[in-house]
Amino acid sequence: MTDLATHVFTGLGVLFFLAGSVGFLRFPDIFSRLHALTKADNLGLGFIALGVAFQAGSWRQVALLALIWALVLLAAGTVSQLVARHALRERDGR
Amino acid sequence: MSGVTLYALTGAALVGTGFFGLIAARHLLRRVLAFNLIGSGLFVYLGAAGARGGEADPVPQALIITGIVVALSASALAVGLIVALARARGRAMLPEEDVGG
Amino acid sequence: MTWALDATLCAMILAVALATVLGRGVFRAIVFFVVYGLLLALAWVRLDAVDVALAEAAIGAGLTGVLFLAAFGRLARSGADAEPPPGRVNIAAALASAALTGALVWAWVALPLPGRPGPELAEALPRAGVENPVTAVLLNFRAWDTLLESVVLLAALVGLWMLARDEAWTEPLGLPQHVRPGGVMASFGRILPPVGVLVGAYVVYVGADRPGGAFQGGTVLAAVGIVAALAGLVRPPRVTRRAWRAALVAGPAVFLAAGLGGAALGAGFLTLPERIAGSAIFAIEIALALSIAVTLAFLVIGPPETGLEDQ
Repeated sequence: MTDLATHVFTGLGVLFFLAGSVGFLRFPDIFSRLHALTKADNLGLGFIALGVAFQAGSWRQVALLALIWALVLLAAGTVSQLVARHALRERDGR
Repeated sequence: MSGVTLYALTGAALVGTGFFGLIAARHLLRRVLAFNLIGSGLFVYLGAAGARGGEADPVPQALIITGIVVALSASALAVGLIVALARARGRAMLPEEDVGG
Repeated sequence: MTWALDATLCAMILAVALATVLGRGVFRAIVFFVVYGLLLALAWVRLDAVDVALAEAAIGAGLTGVLFLAAFGRLARSGADAEPPPGRVNIAAALASAALTGALVWAWVALPLPGRPGPELAEALPRAGVENPVTAVLLNFRAWDTLLESVVLLAALVGLWMLARDEAWTEPLGLPQHVRPGGVMASFGRILPPVGVLVGAYVVYVGADRPGGAFQGGTVLAAVGIVAALAGLVRPPRVTRRAWRAALVAGPAVFLAAGLGGAALGAGFLTLPERIAGSAIFAIEIALALSIAVTLAFLVIGPPETGLEDQ
C-alpha cells in the first residue's frame, strides 16, 4: 500500500517536472520560462517528497523532507524574483 | 561492467575534458573552470579506486575532502588574479593569446 | 536497474562537463559548472562516500558557483567578459586529452585489486576516539595532511589579500552591495541564516559519528555569511580587525596545540593518545569549523575594494 502511494506520487512529481522542463524549453521569453520552472517544478518536488515520505522510517525523516521542500520553495521563489527583476531592468535599458 | 568501473571511466573522461579546456580555452575564467574539471575528475577516479573492494575506503575519501577545499582556495586565488589582470588590461586573456580583437 | 541509474548519471556528468568546456560564452560555462557540481554530489552518494558528497554539494556546487559568478560580474564591469569566437579546433590539444584519458583507463585496468579497506584501519579505528572513519582519518590518522591543508587555506587568503590596492586596504572586504530595502533578497537574507546556522552547526557536531564534520559544516556556515553579506544584512569586516584574524588562525592553532599535547604525553607530535583522542578531536573540529567558515567566506567575498574604480 505504501509502495503504491510512493509510485503514484513520485510518478506525478516526475510528470510535473517533465511539464516544467517542456515549458522551459518551449516558452518564448524569460518571464514565462520562469513561470514554468517555479510553478511546475516546485509542485513536482512536493509530490516527490510526499511519495518518498511514505518510505520514511520515522516522523523525523518526514519532517526533514518537509523542511527540504520548504527551503527549496524559498530559494526558488527568491531566485526567480531576482532573475525576473534583472531581466526587466535589462529590457527597459536599466 | 560494475558501477565502480563506470565511475572510474567517467573520472578519466573528465580529466581529458578538463585538460582539453585548459589548453584550448582562451578566456582565463573558463580555463580555471577546466582546471577544476581535471581536479574533480581525478577525485572521482581516486574515489572509485577506493570503492573497489566493495566497501568504501575512508582514506581516499578524507584526501578528497581536503582536496575539494584546497581546489576552492586555489580557484579563489586564481580568480582574484584574473580580476586584477582584467582591471589592468581590460581583457581576461593572456597577452600572447589575445589576438581576437 | 541501479546500473541504468549509474549510466544515466555518468552520461549527464560528462555532458555538462563538455558544455562547461565547449558551451558558448563564459557565463553559460559557469552555470553548467554549478550543475556539474550538483550531479557530482549525487555520484559521490552512489560511490558510498556521503562525507565527500556533502563537501561537494556545499563547495563544488555552492561556494564555487558564487565565486565564479561574482568574478564574472566584476569582469563584465571591466569589459573583459567577452570571449573571442572559437577558432579552428585545436587538434593537438584534443589528441593530448584523449591520450591522457586513455592512460588513466589503462591504469585502471592494470591496477591490481587490493583487499580494502586495509586491516590496519579496522584495527586502529576503535582507538581513534570517533566513530566516523573519515573523521578518524582526517583528524587523527592523517592529521598532518589536514593541519597543512588548513594552513594552505590561510596562504591562499593572504595571496588574495595581496591583490588589494593600497587605498582599498582599510575598506571592508569585497564590493559594496546594493540591496533594495525590504526586497526579496533582504528578506531571504533574514530567513535563511537561522536555518543555515542550525544546519551548519549540526553537520559539524555529528561529524564524529556520522557523515559530516568541520569541512562540510564550516562550508555551510561560510555560505550563511556570504548570503547575509549579499543581502546587505551584514557588512563584511575589514582586514585590520583583530578578532576576525584570530578566527582565521583558531583552527590551525588548536590543531597544533593538540599535536603538541600528544607529544607532551609521550605519544609523539600529532599522535593523539586514546584517552584524550575523543575530546581533542572535538575541540579541533569546533575550532577548525570556525576557521574554515571564516576563511572560505573571505576567499569568496574577495579582497577589500572601494568599488570606485569601476564606476
